[in-house]
Amino acid sequence: MRLSNLLRIAWRAIIRNKMRTLLTMLGIIIGVAAVIAMTAIGQGSKQSIEGQIKTMGSNMIMIVPLSNVQGGVRLDNSSVQSLDENDITALQKQPVYINAVSPVVSVKGQVINGANNWSTTIQGVYPDFLFIRSWPLKDGVAFTNRDVKSAAKVCLVGLTVIANLFPDGEDVIGKSIRFKNIPFKIIGVLSKKGDNSFGQDQDDMILTPVTTVQKRILATTYYQYIYASAIDEKSTDSASAEVEQVLRKSHRLTASNENDFTVRTQAQLVSMLTSTSSILTILLTVIAGISLVVGGIGIMNIMYVSVTERTKEIGLRMSLGARGRDILMQFLIEAILISITGGLIGIIIGITSTKAVTLFLHWPTAVSESSVLLSFLVCFITGVFFGYYPALKASKLDPIEALRYE
Amino acid sequence: MDSVIVDIKNLKREFKIGEETVKALNDVSFTIKTGEFITIMGSSGSGKTTLLNILGCLEKPTQGQYLLDGTDVSKLSKNELARLRNKKLGFVFQSYNLLARTSAIENVELPLLYNNEFSASERKEKAIKALEAVKLKDRMYHLPSQLSGGQQQRVAIARALINDPVMILADEATGNLDSRTSYEIMELIQELNDVHGKTIVFVTHEPDIALFSKRTITLKDGKILKDAINTNIGNAKAVLEKLPAPEEFSTTTA
Repeated sequence: MRLSNLLRIAWRAIIRNKMRTLLTMLGIIIGVAAVIAMTAIGQGSKQSIEGQIKTMGSNMIMIVPLSNVQGGVRLDNSSVQSLDENDITALQKQPVYINAVSPVVSVKGQVINGANNWSTTIQGVYPDFLFIRSWPLKDGVAFTNRDVKSAAKVCLVGLTVIANLFPDGEDVIGKSIRFKNIPFKIIGVLSKKGDNSFGQDQDDMILTPVTTVQKRILATTYYQYIYASAIDEKSTDSASAEVEQVLRKSHRLTASNENDFTVRTQAQLVSMLTSTSSILTILLTVIAGISLVVGGIGIMNIMYVSVTERTKEIGLRMSLGARGRDILMQFLIEAILISITGGLIGIIIGITSTKAVTLFLHWPTAVSESSVLLSFLVCFITGVFFGYYPALKASKLDPIEALRYE
Repeated sequence: MDSVIVDIKNLKREFKIGEETVKALNDVSFTIKTGEFITIMGSSGSGKTTLLNILGCLEKPTQGQYLLDGTDVSKLSKNELARLRNKKLGFVFQSYNLLARTSAIENVELPLLYNNEFSASERKEKAIKALEAVKLKDRMYHLPSQLSGGQQQRVAIARALINDPVMILADEATGNLDSRTSYEIMELIQELNDVHGKTIVFVTHEPDIALFSKRTITLKDGKILKDAINTNIGNAKAVLEKLPAPEEFSTTTA
């Protein structure tokens, strides 16, 4: 029997019971729509976290000192003094996978411009910091390595700081601001970076040469972090291994010593931050998948009813020359058609509701092609799986008895 | 025109009900030639339904031989039987058995849906021709619920004609109809037999219906009681004309 004929017969049977078919489809529709919406929301939040982490820089590697034991006392991160200039020198000596390194020393405090003042963070860094964090200047010039050497009182200012210190919107280059009674000359303005993945305003910040903070403000020789960047995205793991190796050597750690620092790549940060949302997405998708199975059982149920109801029709078709196989295909295709039509409606509803979520709740969403394709495939399989037994039952009917069935 | 299309020899059909064996057909032999119009008569339990089922290739005999148009039916598989029914036989049932909510023409097309040799356009063409033969061409898009009993039975006859069968099997085809409509159906069947040369086997328990056929086989207790050529064939058309004209409406739509 031709497929076009089978499709026609199945379609007619479905059309004949519109309401019942629609109710049967409902399980599949809800299941598919839920799967698509859940994965879209999950994917969306993952992508937005990834995007935010990307704003941190390109192929960035963060080295954080680790609390270690000093005289039996475990020290907390900020007071650990394991990273210093020697580490920087070591990292810059013969880099293979690293192309830039910058220390970070930060201090919070009040910054003043005339009558305006603002509480912000001042970070001491190397000029390479801007490269590592892919953070171009909006205006002015960056400080140089010479400024670092001389602990120059120059600074680069973030947009939030400018907005609070210079509310009139005048040109700030060349102006002086005071931080802890030290005047800093503004030589550049940082471009807008936005919030990071923890919700901190990255533009609320002042950058100065690291030595300026170390010598003029904090009087310390240690660093809070070291940022480095790998030569390209593929090399981040190699670069992180290189950093670890170099630092272990420079810290004179023996094989039995644990690292007194942690090396984190951006990729690790991404997977760390997205793991919760990934688990949630999987859970929700599984629940949605269960409703798909329930929908399939609904189809099976209705197909059994349909076979019983149409016993006489089956007998007639058989007496007119339909083989068991033809009847099997007829009912199987009917089941598949129901599940696939339900699937298509579900896909449309899923995508529409996803768009609605973005529009009204402003949640980031991303409908993935694979989730659409997968749910379509699952629908097809559901149709085949749950439609097969009722169809088999129909095909095994005896034409004489089926014809006599009332 | 005289070729044998049905050759039945020593046919037996037994059913086992519990521990008892019921002999529905016990040693039946006869032949049917092209162009014959046979009625099979008998009271209920005489085995006429079983005989029709076997003639219609819906079931196989327990013993004996059945050649349909040269094919030995007892050796065929279920699928081959289906194919044989599809190509060589036409069925007309007592309760019409039309698909509900399906137009007349689509009901008529049904057997050809199971035959890959016909395209959709050929199917339609043949269906129109078959409906023309039963004088229902103007009602081809009507649903069964919009047709009278006689018209529904004529759609069913058109369905039995569409595959140009070697034999049309009718099972109490007038059983659900009033006498006037019954005569109309018999008129049509006589016409198909006389004019179009269709071979017809008609199972009935009404003697006045049997009068219109050319030969009557009477069964009793699974055996042939009588197999007689009808010398005084009734003319359904003439009988119909003698009936008083219907008062309210006519179901004839010539």
